[in-house]
Amino acid sequence: MTIDRAAPAGASPTGGAAPPALEVRDLHVTFPSRRGRGPARAVDGVNLTVGAREIVALIGESGCGKSTLARALVGLVKPTSGEVLYRGTTLGYSNAALKAYRRHTQLVLQDPGGALNPRQNVFDAVAEGLRLHKDTDRLGARVHRALSQAGLRPPEQFLERYPHNLSGGQQQRVVIAGALALEPSVIVADEPVSSLDASARGEILRLFLDLRDTLDLSALVVSHDLGLAWNIADRVAVMYLGRIVEVGTVEEVLLEPKHPYTRSLLSVLPGTLSHRRPILLTGEPPDPTAIPAGCRFHPRCPAAAELAPHDPRRELCHSRALPPLTGTGRPTSVASCHLIPSPVPSPSGVG
Amino acid sequence: MTAPTRGRTRAEEPAGEAAAPPRYAALRRFARGYLRRPSGIVGLVMLLAFAVAALVAPSFIHPHDLDVTRASGALMAPPTGAYPLGTDENGRSVLFLVIWGARASLFIGVVATLMTVFIGGTIGLVAGHYQGRVGALLMHVTDWFIVLPSLPLAIALSVVLGQGASSIIIAIAITSWTGTARLVRAQTLAVGARPFIERGRALGASDPQIMVRHVLPSVLPLILVSSILTIGSAILAEATLTFLGLGDPTTVSWGSMLNSAFAQGAVTVGAWWYLLTPGIAILLVVMGFTLTGRAIEHVLDPRMVDRA
Repeated sequence: MTIDRAAPAGASPTGGAAPPALEVRDLHVTFPSRRGRGPARAVDGVNLTVGAREIVALIGESGCGKSTLARALVGLVKPTSGEVLYRGTTLGYSNAALKAYRRHTQLVLQDPGGALNPRQNVFDAVAEGLRLHKDTDRLGARVHRALSQAGLRPPEQFLERYPHNLSGGQQQRVVIAGALALEPSVIVADEPVSSLDASARGEILRLFLDLRDTLDLSALVVSHDLGLAWNIADRVAVMYLGRIVEVGTVEEVLLEPKHPYTRSLLSVLPGTLSHRRPILLTGEPPDPTAIPAGCRFHPRCPAAAELAPHDPRRELCHSRALPPLTGTGRPTSVASCHLIPSPVPSPSGVG
Repeated sequence: MTAPTRGRTRAEEPAGEAAAPPRYAALRRFARGYLRRPSGIVGLVMLLAFAVAALVAPSFIHPHDLDVTRASGALMAPPTGAYPLGTDENGRSVLFLVIWGARASLFIGVVATLMTVFIGGTIGLVAGHYQGRVGALLMHVTDWFIVLPSLPLAIALSVVLGQGASSIIIAIAITSWTGTARLVRAQTLAVGARPFIERGRALGASDPQIMVRHVLPSVLPLILVSSILTIGSAILAEATLTFLGLGDPTTVSWGSMLNSAFAQGAVTVGAWWYLLTPGIAILLVVMGFTLTGRAIEHVLDPRMVDRA
């Protein structure tokens, strides 16, 4: 699948004076312990911004906390500490504040078949949000518009249909139309295409780019697929075990990865992005109930494994914890690793 | 339902049905599945016979026929041409009594079930939806009611509330809502885990909106089955309580017929028609509800419910 990467000039992460569309500051989400295991630190100190008209891809493997972070961004999960800011205003968690926030930030889920109530037809599914907000003036016209914006044209042809009569791609467009009906400015999409077949995948990604251009939407797209990030994202954040380990523009992160984790992810990618020898990660898959001491990636880190036994940096990797990345709004990419010399010495001591 | 049947049902759902709203398509599928179950048809026919008899009873049974002061038959007489099921101790026709009694028994059974399902459904839905302290508390309360012996509780309640249909209805509802509550809670938990609930939340639905718009419609088929099965046991409970003398003595019901048959010594004089008739009526109606409920339960296989 090839999608033009015509990045619009407006997508500036720092954005000058205007606050970013969405921002999280030192976000922690901890789930209580279960069956004798420790509490799960699903999101463990994340700073991230999504600028206006910017598409950010959040990349990571299963269980790294990326879906939890996405749910915290839309207010479905209440953070243990830290804050979510929408256009510079901290999100409150009262029912009224959350309900108002739902007009601004919408969620698109992974499995569109499951995300649609099988008893609702397309019209009801798209009108659901407006009805919930008791905002039903010209409901029909707005549902029509949302469906066209989501690429279901002509809308009349779809209104009476039920989810089980739609293809996966069409179902996902209905979910997106349901989100668009509320006229949000940010869409958080959790693996929006991973349950779709290849052709539908490209169409839905294309739709995200179109929506950014026509509706000035910002988006955070969660995925485990680096190719998806390459196709649609302006910036990429790589997440490992509750932390963002590397963040930067898509070119920086995918063409010149700094963090050993990003490098190993890229090395196993088929196609043009991977010109390196594959680096296969060994060791246990990450477990948020037992985060290793020191750098949280060190037990699986190929770069740490190659260090000489008496290299002082080895001790660093094993015992000194890294602070959360803070420079997420910087023009150059940053990575959280003891082995990378920090380009700009930051007060919080990244690197 | 066997696996091949299910496979066929699924294959029978072609793209041609695309435009049909699933409600009607599901109804058609349901009717087709139900008609394949002979026991369900038998149960339904039994119920319809009793229901029709109870509904049209006023057209052929005159109040005089049931008035002990105006009854004209012989006392405790065995079946004859004029009294096909014999007479009671006052000379009334047992056939008329049993038909008239169906009205009270079915009415109390249905109303008690509606109350049972309302209480149990609400508590189950809330307990399943609010899984924190509220849900735990509600399930504790449910557990208390489960361990309470239901017959003594019902007797105590109807004594406290006084004799009559309404106290029997309340006694039945209070002692039998727990099953519905647990069933509905389990289904609510299952539905709550599905992504469309999360989508509803993200779209801005409050908890009551989620429950009414998304969870309740998914739980309703189950509630239907459960309530049909409950009617049978409610009728049985009504007969039990009335037989024990806790009902309204002036209305005729199957329980009160058994009570007076027993009290008037029908056993001693060998008046089998007086004892057996209400007993068999209870048996047939309870069996009718059970067969119907089981058949619906089988047709509304969880997988079918999901797709409805």
